[in-house]
Amino acid sequence: MKYEAEEYDVAVIGAGHAGCEAALACARMGLKTVIFSISLECIANMPCNPNIGGTSKGHLVREIDALGGEIGKNADRSMLQSRMLNTSKGPAVYSLRVQSDRKKYHQDMKHVLELENNLDVKQAQIVDIEVIDDKVTAVVTQIGATYKTKAVILATGTYLMGRIYIGDVNYESGPDGVFPAKQLSDNLKRIGVELRRFKTGTPARVNKRSIDFSKMEEQFGDDEIIPFSFENKSYEKEQEKCYLTYTNEKTHQIIKDNIHRSPLYSGVIKGIGPRYCPSIEDKVMRFADKERHQIFIEPMGENTEEMYIQGMSSSLPEEVQIKIYHSISGLEHCEIMRPAYAIEYDCIDSTVLYPTLEHKKIPGLYFAGQINGSSGYEEAAAQGIIAGINAALKIKGREPLILDRSEAYIGVLVDDLVTKGTNEPYRMMTSRAEYRLLLRQDNADIRLTEKGHEIGLISDERYNQFINKKNNIEKEILRLKAYNVKPSEKVQEFLKKYNSSILDSGIKMSELLKRTEINYKILGEIDENRLELPRDVCEEVEIEIKYEGYIKIQKDQVDKFKHLEKKLMPKDIDYTKIKGISLEARQKLNNLKPVSLGQASRISGVSPSDIAVLLIYLEQYKGKKNNG
Amino acid sequence: MEDTIAAIVTSSSIASVGIIRVSGKKTFEIIEKIFVPINKINKIEQQKMRYGHIVYNKEVIDEVLVSYFISPISFTRENVCEINCHGGTVILNKILDIVLQNGARMAEPGEFSKRAFLNGRIDLTQAEAVIDVINAKTEKSLNQAQKQLNGGLKNKIGEIEAVVLDILSDIEANIDYPEYDVEEVSNNKLISNLDIINNKLIKLEKSFDKGKILKEGINIVIIGKPNVGKSSILNALLGEERAIVTNVKGTTRDTIEEYINIKGIPVKIVDTAGIRESNDIVEKIGIEKSMQAFNIADVILAVFDASKELDEEDRNILCKLDNKKTIILLNKVDLDKKININELNNKDYLYISVKENIGIDELEDRIFNVANLDNVAGDNDVILVNIRHKNIVSKSIKQLTDIYEDINKKTPIDIISIKIMEILNLLGEITGKTVTDEVISKIFSKFCLGK
Repeated sequence: MKYEAEEYDVAVIGAGHAGCEAALACARMGLKTVIFSISLECIANMPCNPNIGGTSKGHLVREIDALGGEIGKNADRSMLQSRMLNTSKGPAVYSLRVQSDRKKYHQDMKHVLELENNLDVKQAQIVDIEVIDDKVTAVVTQIGATYKTKAVILATGTYLMGRIYIGDVNYESGPDGVFPAKQLSDNLKRIGVELRRFKTGTPARVNKRSIDFSKMEEQFGDDEIIPFSFENKSYEKEQEKCYLTYTNEKTHQIIKDNIHRSPLYSGVIKGIGPRYCPSIEDKVMRFADKERHQIFIEPMGENTEEMYIQGMSSSLPEEVQIKIYHSISGLEHCEIMRPAYAIEYDCIDSTVLYPTLEHKKIPGLYFAGQINGSSGYEEAAAQGIIAGINAALKIKGREPLILDRSEAYIGVLVDDLVTKGTNEPYRMMTSRAEYRLLLRQDNADIRLTEKGHEIGLISDERYNQFINKKNNIEKEILRLKAYNVKPSEKVQEFLKKYNSSILDSGIKMSELLKRTEINYKILGEIDENRLELPRDVCEEVEIEIKYEGYIKIQKDQVDKFKHLEKKLMPKDIDYTKIKGISLEARQKLNNLKPVSLGQASRISGVSPSDIAVLLIYLEQYKGKKNNG
Repeated sequence: MEDTIAAIVTSSSIASVGIIRVSGKKTFEIIEKIFVPINKINKIEQQKMRYGHIVYNKEVIDEVLVSYFISPISFTRENVCEINCHGGTVILNKILDIVLQNGARMAEPGEFSKRAFLNGRIDLTQAEAVIDVINAKTEKSLNQAQKQLNGGLKNKIGEIEAVVLDILSDIEANIDYPEYDVEEVSNNKLISNLDIINNKLIKLEKSFDKGKILKEGINIVIIGKPNVGKSSILNALLGEERAIVTNVKGTTRDTIEEYINIKGIPVKIVDTAGIRESNDIVEKIGIEKSMQAFNIADVILAVFDASKELDEEDRNILCKLDNKKTIILLNKVDLDKKININELNNKDYLYISVKENIGIDELEDRIFNVANLDNVAGDNDVILVNIRHKNIVSKSIKQLTDIYEDINKKTPIDIISIKIMEILNLLGEITGKTVTDEVISKIFSKFCLGK
């Protein structure tokens, strides 16, 4: 029996990494919000790898934090090991990654939700979304409770029609043994949401006590722990170790002998899996000439002996998995606590969404996370906060928040999803960001805090601290640019010490800093007016000066990019009538209705030649408008 | 785009046949009004030519062939007719006028190409090539432009882009998977790949000089003291009496420019006023102009009178030739030879007599060889003919030079990749992959867009 329950501004369906950010954003922006989860024990669960961050994903976490999200703070709270990756490759791709205590991560996030004013946390399965006059009006639970709402954010992860595959066995299930969401799929189709199947997978968890670590390489965290959240200061903590081992010929042979038993290869799984995070059988079959693959052993938490075996995700039968794991050096006697599995789930083609993540045909219905075809906690959280912010802004009658590709990785992520769409689970990568020297993880706050403050997710206090930091950076850069270094004995000695060529005449301090072998810290030895500045300020000053020339190149590229972004496509344009563009492009353009010429240029199937025609068409269109 | 447009599409020079093209919705309607086919059957067939007369006010204007192209199988993808009529400005203009009176409007320069582009018939590089085709001076340059029209340049750039992408994907794999044992991009591998790009770009850049020769020809300047037969040599090369030839010194008071065609390559020949001291104001101006032409010349033809010994004035001219590609012409060999060959500083020389037509054919060969035209004419490679393309290639080479320097300075690979990416962006401006409205407006400024 249905009954009328409470009324909310926003209902969030699913309390994974997307749902949590979405719900917190709405509640913190003052809207009456409810978040539903099939099981409250699964809030912010990490059903796959127990870590947050990494290349480009670390960037996303920093950006979410700068907008006022929670993932960065929560990752700092539950950190087991912290590393800055890629430090030898240039500041744009430095990537922060932490191993997380999975249980603590869940508990802390759950507690944050519970403590949030304006936010109700409910254990319930949503089975239906009511739409009246093409507008979302309510959500209905399995029990029949009907919650009226102005907006719904769908963040169903892998729960929607979830099906788990382990070898020849498969059954309906959500991740980690939780039951899946079933009725919702049919009801989504009924209101006009088309669904498709994607697949992902996870490796086994094994008992730490059964692993022989003496046969593996140890991997330590960094000495200096750099927090994700711009609100947190550097801190010290005893860190856990990770371990590295490798597959071998024996492993590969077992896989080849049993490949016919993989549902991926026998064709039982129809969903498309991620190329970027392949199963071990995929790796062995696709890279046949590779002698070994890396396997990382990572801790799951402080209060558990479970270890995560990264690089060994599989959908082979359990008994084959055991053989495979036992073939690996150090895992000969490992005890598998949870087997590896593949999971298939319903998701949408994300090109039906606006860059606000609202459905183009169902106002008030937003989508975030894996349901949009993405993979990864960080990708999910990024979409969550964008969907949450925009749902809230719309209800408040304010302008939407759309980040473009030159502003944030989040902008790249959302633009890729809604413009290009994806045929496999979408993973963020630094190579997807065209202007990555500008989109560094260190300057995420400089790029986005202002916006976070404006929409009301960043407190005045934090904002003022940020302004202070920004001023410090600017002042210090100006000081170094004005500072004349004379070729004194002390300076020449200093340069010799660091294998840098000595000076013929005076030089600006900023020019010295541009030398590869010189950095900001050691310059302190000859800098007579050096101020005590915080680590993050020094870092920013150094990067901005050292890479000034390259930053300029990227800023010029951005100017060009913005030029096409600013050319807005008229809303009433009928692309089928433009003869010069290809048939495919006409259809795609008509379906997608791009906001700008820039967006149009990124639609797959729309060629540069089509864009050239559109450019001229726009000129003529303008001409006609002006004349008539 | 609703208008029907028309224009004379053959060059305005005197030729026996000329063509008027009509394109647009009303094309067939207009043709029906003015064209009376011999075969009276009123049927328009795809890509057929019909024979008949242009009739205006019941008066037969010309005997013509009209070819029909039914949309979309035509250059502009619209209905198109081409009227092949007799050449000559008067008759062409008359027929064009009749077409215009019957409902067409005069096409803007390049408007047919613009329509072809807007109707999806050709892409941007091809549109650009069409302009080059229109502006081509000789067959060789037309060939090059057509090669581009067929995508030759695009393929060449494609080869380079493929290597750039290769480098970038290596770098990206390193960055996105920092912990995996992806093969690190070594500087050696990077540099060897960059070298491939560099060599290809430099070759392309160099080809522009050839392209320029194909397009604009080479400059030849004839110098020599007055009355050694400079103008006669020009006329002999042209095969017609164009420069005034007299026995009076200083007859050529201005420089005279003419184009000849040596084995398909345009050659601009400048006949100078002679170089000598003079008090005549008019002649002085002429001499100054001669010096200017001399300075920019690709090849100098220095003319001396073989029937006389070299004098002071001749020697002055000889001195000027040191850094120039020169052919020394010893004219008037039909008279007694009195010139001392040893005084010519070992320069290449050729005995000729314009009067008796001795050595003129060989002169053409010599010009061909000295100007290195063999290289230009024989090469089947893609050649850059367009200055916009050349500038982009030069910019890319500059970018590469920077990259080599950065590698030396041990700049992090990710930072370097930004400049490598920039090369890709630059090259995309040639092929049209990088769409910027500046590029498009630059190209279509020649198409008179926006009217």
